[in-house]
Amino acid sequence: MKLKKLILPALSFAMALFVSGLLVAFSDSKVLALKSHPISMLSKGLSTCGAAYWALFRGSIFDPRLASGHFWEGFYPFSETLVAASPLILTGLSVALAFRAGLFNIGAQGQFIAGAIGASWVGFTFDLPIVIHSIAAIAAAMIFAGLYGGFVGFLKSRTGAHEVIVTIMLNYVAGYFLLWLLSTTAFLRPGRKDPLAPEVHNSARLLHLFGPDLRANLGFIVALVAAAAVWWLLTRSTWGFRFRAVGANAAASRTAGISVARVSTTVMFLAGALAGLGGAVQILGTEYAMTSGVGGSFGFDAITVALLGRATPIGTVFAALLFGALRAGGLTMQASTDTPLDLVLVIQALVVLFIAAPALIKSLFRLKNVDEGETISSKGWNG
Amino acid sequence: MSLELRGITKRFGALVANDSIDLAVADGEIHAILGENGAGKSTLMNIVYGLLSPDGGSISVDGKEVRIDSPLDALAAGIGMVHQHFMLIPVFTVAENIVLGHEKTKGPGLLDLESARKEILRVSAEFNFDIDPDALVEDLPVGLQQRVEIIRALIYDAKVLILDEPTAVLTPQETDELLRNMKKLRDTGTSIVFITHKLREVKETADKITIIRRGKVVGTASPSASQEELASLMVGRPVSLDVEKKAANPGKVMLEVKNLHISDHTGRTLVKDISFQLHAGEILAVAGVQGNGQSELAEAIVGLQEHVTGSIYLDGKEISKSSVRDALHSGIAFVPESREEDGLIGSFSIEENLILDLHDLSPYAKGPVISKSIVAAEADKRIKEFDIRTQSAKDSASSLSGGNKQKVVLARELSRPVKLVVASQPTRGLDVGSIEFVHERIIAERDSGRAVLLFSTELDEVSDLADRIAVMYRGEFIAIVPADTSREALGLLMAGVKP
Repeated sequence: MKLKKLILPALSFAMALFVSGLLVAFSDSKVLALKSHPISMLSKGLSTCGAAYWALFRGSIFDPRLASGHFWEGFYPFSETLVAASPLILTGLSVALAFRAGLFNIGAQGQFIAGAIGASWVGFTFDLPIVIHSIAAIAAAMIFAGLYGGFVGFLKSRTGAHEVIVTIMLNYVAGYFLLWLLSTTAFLRPGRKDPLAPEVHNSARLLHLFGPDLRANLGFIVALVAAAAVWWLLTRSTWGFRFRAVGANAAASRTAGISVARVSTTVMFLAGALAGLGGAVQILGTEYAMTSGVGGSFGFDAITVALLGRATPIGTVFAALLFGALRAGGLTMQASTDTPLDLVLVIQALVVLFIAAPALIKSLFRLKNVDEGETISSKGWNG
Repeated sequence: MSLELRGITKRFGALVANDSIDLAVADGEIHAILGENGAGKSTLMNIVYGLLSPDGGSISVDGKEVRIDSPLDALAAGIGMVHQHFMLIPVFTVAENIVLGHEKTKGPGLLDLESARKEILRVSAEFNFDIDPDALVEDLPVGLQQRVEIIRALIYDAKVLILDEPTAVLTPQETDELLRNMKKLRDTGTSIVFITHKLREVKETADKITIIRRGKVVGTASPSASQEELASLMVGRPVSLDVEKKAANPGKVMLEVKNLHISDHTGRTLVKDISFQLHAGEILAVAGVQGNGQSELAEAIVGLQEHVTGSIYLDGKEISKSSVRDALHSGIAFVPESREEDGLIGSFSIEENLILDLHDLSPYAKGPVISKSIVAAEADKRIKEFDIRTQSAKDSASSLSGGNKQKVVLARELSRPVKLVVASQPTRGLDVGSIEFVHERIIAERDSGRAVLLFSTELDEVSDLADRIAVMYRGEFIAIVPADTSREALGLLMAGVKP
């Protein structure tokens, strides 16, 4: 049963690799130059494709060339994958949790930035003992971002304002607020004119997991713990029961006496806190100093990650790892072959496309009775 | 015109909705197709009307085999259909609705409504239908909307008219009028296929009866058969149609409603100034045609309506300002009108549905943690007590039949300490066996001293269960009458004629 659930995502990924492979091959001028010789064109195409995907693997999992000294050094790329995946796991959990309660949180981006601001501020302003400093910075990030997300839930339950519109708008607010903040004396690093905050103190930084050379840090463990916590919340707790009930059928939940308004506000607070934790992990574990680009596209990729992971915590972790690997490997692929980094985005998009169209994959592979898993649903504009 | 079906088979996945059905409708007869909800009547007729394509079998009209792939083919073959849920556009006039899909023009791009209007007046006059072609459909009462559908079929020369549960939305008077019109149509040569599960109507009009059970024709009967005989054929076992009930033994006032007024968000009045008292050990049935404010009144009592003024007292305690949760936990069991939408969470398991209201209370929850073993143990108890037919308590609620879904709702709502049961259309769409179960349970609740407020559009149900009957019309209690009030008198009240 469990294995069956993996068939669709696995086939979707394979299809995405196949179609992207065609794109790689046919966008290569050397391949196209051989169009009068179909056989050699095919073999050139295959080798181009193979080289690109090999580079992708080397950049994301294991690079034998780095393993010349110590075998484990070959895993440097895997450490990069974990670094890229950790914030994505957390923003993905944010979106997934909201999905399960029937809310579409487009605002993980803004909440991530709110969290980054909180973590950065506590990290460079205060002098606290090690561990306590990290915890304080993380707490500040989660509270800032939690309030930022919870505000959306509050507006929805009080006025009916749709969370999609409000979160989109709050993403802009967060982005520009960060820009403004980085121009104030409180946040601008002394002596700098470009938007760059001071580095967080050593006491606030998250420990590296595999020694100083590999960037993988405690942030990944934090993300896994958060995933476990969300899993527990959804499957074991009374809160999660209400969240899922409202997400599956708000009318029936209301009729049974569950306060839908309270659930929306709580869920959006927790979703915000999770995305904010992502921002904290990025600042305290990887970047140390906040820039105007700290948000990257963590909040937007989170939507894809959550969908790909079928809005379950475990699925979200694996989807984020996949995206982290593509992100880390894409850089190597671009550097060592002619394949542009944009192809990684194409692969990501194709994976999502195939995942979003289970009927397509089913008919392509003539699958029958494959469990599509729980449908992820969010209410339309009238919800 | 005669219609003959041979070996019609239709499968939906593993379910055989129609299993090799043979049916012969003779020229100029009213042929009733009798069966429970889900027996496959509507599927069969949707095949005849071209809305579904059969997996096997053939359709002949006047002895000639025809191929029907769409409603247009059906109309061309002389088959018309009036659906249970009307296919009319509310903001269009009668004439506009009737030409829809067959628009004639009087020059390029110019709609010719005039000829349709004349046709409508002609047919309307012929059958005393009293239809104004220029009236907006949304302004017409349901009974007249149904006539618009019938006129549409007749104008397009339907010689076989299929009526799918036509009386479900009508008042008793409107029903009687429809039945009279059906006979008139038959006498002018139109064959009628009358789909229903209401035995009285079948006995009154049908020339021939075919009974369908679980997708198969299980027999034919003549209208002279007794209601018990027909019901037994329909259900497949002997059925007692009488509800056994002792005289009521009313106690203290359990529910008091004073000057209750409900409006919607636009300020339109839905319920107007309703006041009544309901005693412990008594069933007050609220009768009325669907959509006269019953649903809103029921919801308002448990706090599900906004824009409510007036007061509601449960056992002397005011609950009008309570949250839904507080109202439920102060002693109300609420069976909502729509079990699929408001009663159950389809994707949740049966055991989860059984604790929707109690999930965070002892013994189900210890602190913030739900105890799965206790939930499972309690669910098994409820499943036994309420005879919920399922493989496992872990199955999703949506996998249950309508009757078993309703039993889950009842099991959940009656598991709290209850003083008042508010049940909205508790047997709508249920099979006869489940209806018996629900009726017995409601009477048992009354006999154990609880007050019951029953909302039903089924007049038979109202008469069988009620100790007193309130008739609701346009948001008002037009009268509260004794339980033995005649059908005719109730019908007049339901149509808004004050006593």
